Amino acid sequence: MEAEEDGPTSMVDAMSANGLNSGEESRLKPIISSEQMDVEAYASLYSGRTKIMRLIFIADRCGNQTMQLEALRMAYDEIKKGENTQLCREVVQKIGGRLGPAYEMDNDWANIVDRRAELRKEKLDNELNGYRTNLIKESIRMGHNDFGDFYYAHGALGDAFKNYIRTRDYCTTAKHIIQMCLNVILVSIEMGQFVHVANYVNKADQNPDALDPTTVAKLKCAAGLTHLEGKKYKLAARKFLETGIELGNNYSEVIAPQDVATYGGLCALACFDRTELKNKVIDNVNFRNFLELVPEVRELIHDFYSSRYASCLEYLENLKANLLLDIHLYDHVETLYSQIRHKAIIQYTHPFISVDLHTMASAFKTDVIGLEKELEALITDNQIQARIDSHNKILYARHADQRNATFQRVLQTGVEFDRDVRSMLLRASLVKHEYSLRAARKI
Amino acid sequence: MDSVDALIAQIQGLSSSPEDINALHTHLNQSEELLLSNVNRLANSLEQLDPSKHSLGYLYLLEASTSGPISREQSGEIVRCIARFIMTCEAEQIRLAPEKFLSVCKRLKDQVMLLQVPIQGIAPLRGAVHKLQSSPEHLTPLHPDFLLLCIMAKCYKAGRSVLSDDIIEVDQPKDFFLYCYYGGMIHVGLKNFRKALEYLHNVVTAPMTSLNAIAIEAYKKYILVSLIYSGQVPAFPKYTSSVAQRNLKCYSQPYIDLVSSYATGKISELETCFEANMEKYKSDNNVGLVKQVLSSLSKRNIQRLTQTYLTLSLQDIANLVQLGNSKQAEMHVLEMIQDGEIFATINQKDGMVSFHEDPEQYKSCEMIERIDSSIQRVMALTKTLHAIDERISCDPAYLAKMGRERPRFDLDDFDSVPQKFL
Repeated sequence: MEAEEDGPTSMVDAMSANGLNSGEESRLKPIISSEQMDVEAYASLYSGRTKIMRLIFIADRCGNQTMQLEALRMAYDEIKKGENTQLCREVVQKIGGRLGPAYEMDNDWANIVDRRAELRKEKLDNELNGYRTNLIKESIRMGHNDFGDFYYAHGALGDAFKNYIRTRDYCTTAKHIIQMCLNVILVSIEMGQFVHVANYVNKADQNPDALDPTTVAKLKCAAGLTHLEGKKYKLAARKFLETGIELGNNYSEVIAPQDVATYGGLCALACFDRTELKNKVIDNVNFRNFLELVPEVRELIHDFYSSRYASCLEYLENLKANLLLDIHLYDHVETLYSQIRHKAIIQYTHPFISVDLHTMASAFKTDVIGLEKELEALITDNQIQARIDSHNKILYARHADQRNATFQRVLQTGVEFDRDVRSMLLRASLVKHEYSLRAARKI
Repeated sequence: MDSVDALIAQIQGLSSSPEDINALHTHLNQSEELLLSNVNRLANSLEQLDPSKHSLGYLYLLEASTSGPISREQSGEIVRCIARFIMTCEAEQIRLAPEKFLSVCKRLKDQVMLLQVPIQGIAPLRGAVHKLQSSPEHLTPLHPDFLLLCIMAKCYKAGRSVLSDDIIEVDQPKDFFLYCYYGGMIHVGLKNFRKALEYLHNVVTAPMTSLNAIAIEAYKKYILVSLIYSGQVPAFPKYTSSVAQRNLKCYSQPYIDLVSSYATGKISELETCFEANMEKYKSDNNVGLVKQVLSSLSKRNIQRLTQTYLTLSLQDIANLVQLGNSKQAEMHVLEMIQDGEIFATINQKDGMVSFHEDPEQYKSCEMIERIDSSIQRVMALTKTLHAIDERISCDPAYLAKMGRERPRFDLDDFDSVPQKFL
């Protein structure tokens, strides 16, 4: 296992190796992390618009100038390959001349691109009108699709979305429908409109023809992202775990296979119980392929399962800084982490009758006082049946006395029945005499 | 012969057999004007009558003689007179003229309130309630008056004797509202919060078509008592009238605020809320209860600790519950142990508290007896319930209404197997 961890091919290790170069800055970073993200390696996993957006996102949130500038530089380079002049202006503004004259606003380029876009739009418009008068369904679809592509390339997501949707009425084959759905899903994810994503994933799933495995994997990812966004972590975990390895790098405009491993792994840890974790994650041959891409996640899942919580939590802590820079996961990191931690604590205490808090604190890399607080919250929440001996710092499991509890419940129920019936009889009497308040006023 | 004297003679003559009394009742009703025109002479005539024998006649005369304005000097005498009458009169006779009896009793209540000696009215009114009521389940209009006097005189125990009867028959909703409201207050006075909650709950959930002030005040108290008793306020049950569900909350905002700050479990927050709404609570006369809510929060917090900890130092308790210092924490814990609210021992040497489980094992004879009496009670209630159910299903008005709603019986209604299973 150790050997695998040190494998030079693993992305995260490569990151940490590169991170050493900028060790100075990393100490100043607000997000505490021993390893720094290798922006270049990270960016190479993605393509298209999401690459730019992810880079900008990193630049906005990393709080470290070197990294920020590097991300912005790469974003700028990437934009220059495309046609989105508006985005270019934003990035240039963010760079603010810090990267030298090569990264100033290239007005000539922008003008040329804009002019070309103008011409192209006119051409597309004319073509589409032509198709419309001739009523050739397939051509109209193509026309709208071209328009969608055009708007998407120029960053007008709303218009792109509209045009992709318009192609729906002109789809004649199942393949067209799938293409339309994928286009809409792509644009919706970019816009953050996950309701549409869910809708169109469903639509694509209902397709009568068997889909090719790559498409299925893409749809699973999109569904997983939707659930993740909706904080339905368990469903998200299921979807990511079902994603086929065929995904490969085919969906780099949305998600990288490494992300599938991370998202799926973390969500599964946070929501699954032990058996589920074993059956659906650890013994899942398909998902193992994804986990190989991110050995840290694989290790931490195995650590969690074999109750090596300290090392599991350490892995998590190391990953945290990078996860916070993920465009989809950043919002959920804290929730997922606290859920995983709670689960770990619950599982740790479960088999014991009494637990020494000092031992436990060292297993969780925390101090006794902090652990006591966490335990207290979990006990109050009724997630752990135990009581703390704060004098001797020992946690004792508490087994509910069924007999006493039954007696208590019986007496309680009797009292409640008594009370409810009597008040019901009273109300019935009031209603029966039809002495509502209005009648009283009349008297 | 003077007409009043004639009347007196008639009363004396016609007070023995039931037929005679009925005749007397009609006669007295006819001579009401005569009585009113001779108000001044009636006091003397009263002395010729024996309240225990000539109760009906005495009642009419007494009612007439006290109907005019009463000076302060007279009122002491009148209170005594009415009280004597109520204690000695014949229940059979006065029930023939309940409205007269009510007005006499109300006058007694007004007078003792005026003289600021509510305690003097308690015993007579209790007698009056018992004499007027046809069965212990019957709510008379005198119930609220009696309870009010108990509250004014702070004689809560006296009130309990009447409250211990279960009321099922109600004539007037206003009496019912007031009865339950005052009943709730008396139980609050007795610190019997469970019962108090029951009474206030009855007011809040009573059927009503428009909102009334009693319900609003009751709801405010209901919130406070719920907090003291259980730490939370249950949502309206679904049988609550829609008027109450919709409107009660808007009229009791300061109390709703209190509930939400209580839910945070932080004493400081609750205190801020208390300070902010002080005026409102004061004008509602609820400051005392609100203070009890405040102290109940510390108790509840300590109780929660017993669920979590086996041992805890006094200093930690003070920190966790936001009490000033360990001394105060010790006081609180000690009080709670004494009241049987928690089971714990304090180790003063180390300043540690060890919490124990409830020692009740449900094995003792007393416990069996308690359970048995509960079972008996529930069985009795169930019997009543069945009886009422039967009565309602035979009630012509009910059947007529049901018939209207389902005008004709289809053959399907008599199918032994419902359609969906075929």
